[in-house]
Amino acid sequence: MEYMLFICTDPEAPEYVEAEDNIEEWVTDVDARGIRRHGNRLRPVEDATTVKVRAGELLVSDGPFAETKEWIAGYDILDCDDLDEAIAVASKHPMAKFGKIEIRPMWPFEV
Amino acid sequence: MEESLESVRSAIAAASEDDAARIVATLIRLTGEWALAEDCVQDAFAKALVDWPRRGIPANPAAWLTTVAKNRAIDQLRHAAAENNALRRLAQGAETREAEENNFGGTGFPDDRLRLIFTCCHPALALDARVALTLRTVAGLTTAEIARAFLVSEATMAKRLVRARAKIRNAGIPYRVPPPELLPERKGGVLAVLYLLFNEGYSASGGEQLIRQPLVRESIRLARMVAELMDSTPLAAEARSLLALMLLHHARSAARTDDAGDLVTLEDQDRSLWDQAEISDGVAEVHGAEQCRAVSGTRAGSYQLQASIAACHLLAPTVESTDFARITRLYDALALVAPSPVVELNRAIAVAMSQGPEAGLELVDRLDAEGTLDGYYLLPAARADLLRRLGRSTEAARHYRRALELAPSDVERRYLGRRLAEADTTTSNRPWKLS
Repeated sequence: MEYMLFICTDPEAPEYVEAEDNIEEWVTDVDARGIRRHGNRLRPVEDATTVKVRAGELLVSDGPFAETKEWIAGYDILDCDDLDEAIAVASKHPMAKFGKIEIRPMWPFEV
Repeated sequence: MEESLESVRSAIAAASEDDAARIVATLIRLTGEWALAEDCVQDAFAKALVDWPRRGIPANPAAWLTTVAKNRAIDQLRHAAAENNALRRLAQGAETREAEENNFGGTGFPDDRLRLIFTCCHPALALDARVALTLRTVAGLTTAEIARAFLVSEATMAKRLVRARAKIRNAGIPYRVPPPELLPERKGGVLAVLYLLFNEGYSASGGEQLIRQPLVRESIRLARMVAELMDSTPLAAEARSLLALMLLHHARSAARTDDAGDLVTLEDQDRSLWDQAEISDGVAEVHGAEQCRAVSGTRAGSYQLQASIAACHLLAPTVESTDFARITRLYDALALVAPSPVVELNRAIAVAMSQGPEAGLELVDRLDAEGTLDGYYLLPAARADLLRRLGRSTEAARHYRRALELAPSDVERRYLGRRLAEADTTTSNRPWKLS
């Protein structure tokens, strides 16, 4: 089953400790096991642009789609046997400790 | 060969009690479709009611019902969309698992009900979804019965169940007993759902009580089932302890409320109203749990300690003869295993009972200073009672008033109001209540 992980910040999470950020280890591990299809960091919301079309008019604005204290810092696309495997993988990501991670199942389109 | 309707009905009732959940669980494993599994099992029972009076009760009713339910499921799936994973899985399941089904109820094969219970209680499901799903699929209550017990409309409950099944399917929650490394935490989830169910039913009062009785009955039945299923696994001790705890609480039911429907605290209860058979049952489970624990070599878990504390109270013929020193030691252990401010408060009360009110008051004061129980009415109530026992009535009255402000419902308010009146007028040597 395919899942997307939204890697999110969390203002209530414990203080970030650089020495405990083992992201390279996590990536190497999931890549080696063939679990991760794709993933990346995202630039922070200061660099975001939001697009809307209303009544035929294009509205472009600076910033994220929603003003929140928590925002999406990165993503990963995983191929797992089931939710338990996705949970186990997400729990090893350093941002599970310093932020939070949403696991969303893919909903394939039939085109 | 004809059977009387009477004997058919009792055969079906027996199958309903013993086998329904197991058959539903098996069908879910074979088809992966929860609603379909429930419907097909229901249909099979309906068919039995028509068929068995004419052709006789089958030698193995459970196997008959399973076969009929399975065939119905295959029929339903054929009528659905062409691309059908469920049908494929059914076919596969039938081939590879025939040995398991023939060994119906035999040991050595994992019981599908365990898979079912763990899946219903998966942490990715919302708590109210876990509770609803467990009652529907494992206990077999109807949607209407569950809705009534939780005081919501049937439509609301039906939607909750639909949502829960959708989440299981869409998010890929696996239908299985969790692997060993996940078991300890997941078992906690299962037992917590069962205990929640019990408390929902047990702590209901007044008119609600009758409505919620099914919850008490079902949670005890489920706890017994889970204890059996977890027998000879490392989870056995805690599962049996939960059952013991429920039985020991339930044994006091008749003595818990007075004629006005008001709460009677443990030390004020008429112990002749306690159900001795249920107490024996509960105590036997506590002993059984201790044997399981000794075999597994682990330390006693929180349910075992709580059950042991309950057993101490229930085995004492009077409040005065209760072994509060032992209860204090059990709370010491509980504070290590499942530390919480409430445990500390209960421990302080036990200390007061075994070592005198001053010792208890010291601990209560310390707890209050930590601030973790701010807003919890039992803290000022406990302090009030200890002060009253020390003859410090004015201070006691002040803390009863504080407790009254914080009390969550009328039942507690009436109780505290009576204590306040006593503190204002008389002094009494009656010991403090234990909840």
